[in-house]
Amino acid sequence: MAAVLNTPTVLPLHSFLAQKGERDLLRFSTAGSVDDGKSTLIGRLLHDAGGAFEDQIAAVKASKINRAGEGKVDFSLLTDGLKAEREQGITIDVAYRYFATPRRKFIIADTPGHEEYTRNMATGASTCEAAVVLVDVRHGPTDQSRRHARIARLLGIRHVIVAVNKMDLVGWSETAFRKVVNAFEGAYHVPISALEGDNVVAQSAHMPWYHGPALLDLLETLPVGQEAQTAFRLPVQLVIRPDARFRGFAGQIAGGRVRVGDMVTALPSGREAQVTRIVTYDGDLAEAVAPMSVTLVLDREIDLSRGAMIVSGDKPESARRIHAQAVAMQHEGLVEGREYLLRHTAQVVPARLIKGSLPMNGIGEVELEITKPLYFDPYAVNRSTGAFVLIDRLSNNTVGAGMIDRAARAPRRVSAARQAAAWLRKAADKLEQFSDGAGI
Amino acid sequence: MVAQFSRPCLLYSIGKDSSVLLRLAQKAFYPGKIPFPLLHIDTTYEYPEMIEFRDRYTREIGAELLVYTNQEAVAAGANPYDLGTSKCCHQLRTRALVDGLKHYGFDAALGGARRDEEKSRAKERVFSLRDAHGQWDPKNQRPELWSLYNGHINKGESVRVFPLSNWTEFDVWQYIHEDSIPLVPLYFAEPREVVVREGSLIPVQPNVKFLPGEVSETQVCRMRSLGCTPCTGAIRSQADSVLTIIDELKEFKRSERENRVIDHDQDGSMELKKREGYF
Ligand SMILES: Nc1nc2c(ncn2[C@@H]2O[C@H](COP(=O)(O)OP(=O)(O)OP(=O)(O)O)[C@@H](O)[C@H]2O)c(=O)[nH]1
Ligand code: SF4
Ligand SMILES: [Mg+2]
Repeated sequence: MAAVLNTPTVLPLHSFLAQKGERDLLRFSTAGSVDDGKSTLIGRLLHDAGGAFEDQIAAVKASKINRAGEGKVDFSLLTDGLKAEREQGITIDVAYRYFATPRRKFIIADTPGHEEYTRNMATGASTCEAAVVLVDVRHGPTDQSRRHARIARLLGIRHVIVAVNKMDLVGWSETAFRKVVNAFEGAYHVPISALEGDNVVAQSAHMPWYHGPALLDLLETLPVGQEAQTAFRLPVQLVIRPDARFRGFAGQIAGGRVRVGDMVTALPSGREAQVTRIVTYDGDLAEAVAPMSVTLVLDREIDLSRGAMIVSGDKPESARRIHAQAVAMQHEGLVEGREYLLRHTAQVVPARLIKGSLPMNGIGEVELEITKPLYFDPYAVNRSTGAFVLIDRLSNNTVGAGMIDRAARAPRRVSAARQAAAWLRKAADKLEQFSDGAGI
Repeated sequence: MVAQFSRPCLLYSIGKDSSVLLRLAQKAFYPGKIPFPLLHIDTTYEYPEMIEFRDRYTREIGAELLVYTNQEAVAAGANPYDLGTSKCCHQLRTRALVDGLKHYGFDAALGGARRDEEKSRAKERVFSLRDAHGQWDPKNQRPELWSLYNGHINKGESVRVFPLSNWTEFDVWQYIHEDSIPLVPLYFAEPREVVVREGSLIPVQPNVKFLPGEVSETQVCRMRSLGCTPCTGAIRSQADSVLTIIDELKEFKRSERENRVIDHDQDGSMELKKREGYF
């Protein structure tokens, strides 16, 4: 087994990753079947919106590979950055691109449509607020478009935009567009030609029957930000102890807000304490909100180590068995009965899949049993405390991802060992009461 | 979010991205010190200003600095003029990095690479797995959902961690401004003695050879990204402060690495280097 569980040197990446207060940022991903035009669309968008540099565009124009046809520019080459991708004419892994307009900043994840690489689509979509699902107007939605749309919805993506592409190949026909609209659900439908640029950045002159916004307009105005206000959650990633006088609990706030003076509860111990300082490199704060990275100092000694969670307000759920929606991401699928490592917030714990095998790229319900109670919120309430990935113990590869929806029903029969444990706990409580009373 | 490794290091290249990364590391462990060393891969072609800055700044913040050089290659006289940039880089950067990590027993290296720098970097994970030979397999990367990074490795494997993956050049400069992060003076415009080579301004240094017919001239210029003296060009610019650089950046039409001779030897040259173990 890897040395990772035994010899921890901790990198609190939270502080590295925490960006300074992003004003208006939209993260979106592409989705849809292979060849529907996702990469071409992103290339076109970057080009028309000024998000690509001249030398990059010149390199695309000079490329020997061109699938766009005589005299046209193959914009997919702007994002298909791997040699194998350009040679095979498909996207294999997500490309991340960045651009800004006066209205908003964007992070784009251009994902592969090929079924084999569904895991890479999920990778790209997992952090997004919007997904642009492309459909080739000539073929209509395929199984793969539907699978992608389903993954996007499961991941909690708020806005699904259906871009009906290659309108140039059907004579800009409204009837053809309507047919896709009726066949495929989505919050918005936009008829486009990624190749020609119609309705991507500029409104199309070829489709006067369409009165809606061009794609970029839509992306610039989708509501973003403020996820539902949730209770305060701080998964402890690191205990900072430079000397005997200072002891702080560091992590990225995974929900809600905390103020100096707040009473908080440390899990799993359940002990309460008051927040005396919120420490950062740039000085102490009076208040901090998700997703800031902070170090909390508490008013009393509490045994808290990595993997613990500091909370206030509604308590998270706690269960040894969880019910979740999961995606299997490697060839071996997810196998009932097998033990995995479950990574959740800042911790890694062994977990057994007790219900619901899934084949590669399969999406479905699973139940997992964990060796100790897991503190979580349903994914729909809090993405950070409701998500997990499964790691294979031998290969160390990430083989699955899941979104917790609830605690699973406990097994009906209580084992003798558990009964004994419960009895012992009661006895211990009594003893404690006794010693309290005796003033020990 | 948190990775556990037995022995991590921070790859410190002295450039602006490394400088931001270093500041973030200070923040992450504050009020404690950064609990792992910085590693600089010294090609011996760095600008003297860079080495001077490196030694002074790391001492100032109390960080532990390690330096590694492919001594064998340097002794054999490795240089871009005789070997070509591709072979020279392979020895002085890629080999040196892979050997350096092995020499010190590091199984995780944090670096300041950003996805917006180059098209194969745009494809890389935040946690990028390398096999026992330090090689990257871009067609078979681990899924990476949310911020649940998988740093689990088998013996001999290692991980490169890129916390600045989603930062753009603009973000980096803005952060340098907001956080008043000190930088090597080469980033700021001043009159410098240069040779003009294929449109690039190459600052004159003792180890920069003149090609037949080349003469030096003085130009007000600055470096947009830092690398080895013979291979990284300066740009004509009057921007002599962080704020004027940010203003200038808004007008730029060409990418940051364009002035790096080494990136465009051939199509996909960065990917090739990365597969072999380059950062
Ligand atoms: N005529 C026409 N062709 C298009 C349009 N958009 C894309 N194409 C062509 O369709 C082909 C596939 O385009 P890509 O952008 O690579 O498709 P993709 O969806 O990114 O494919 P994967 O990433 O491999 O799933 C290329 O030959 C494009 O030139 C369009 O609007 N009109
Ligand atoms: S940048 Fe130039 S000098 Fe430096 S290692 Fe590469 S080829 Fe050699
Ligand atoms: Mg594509």
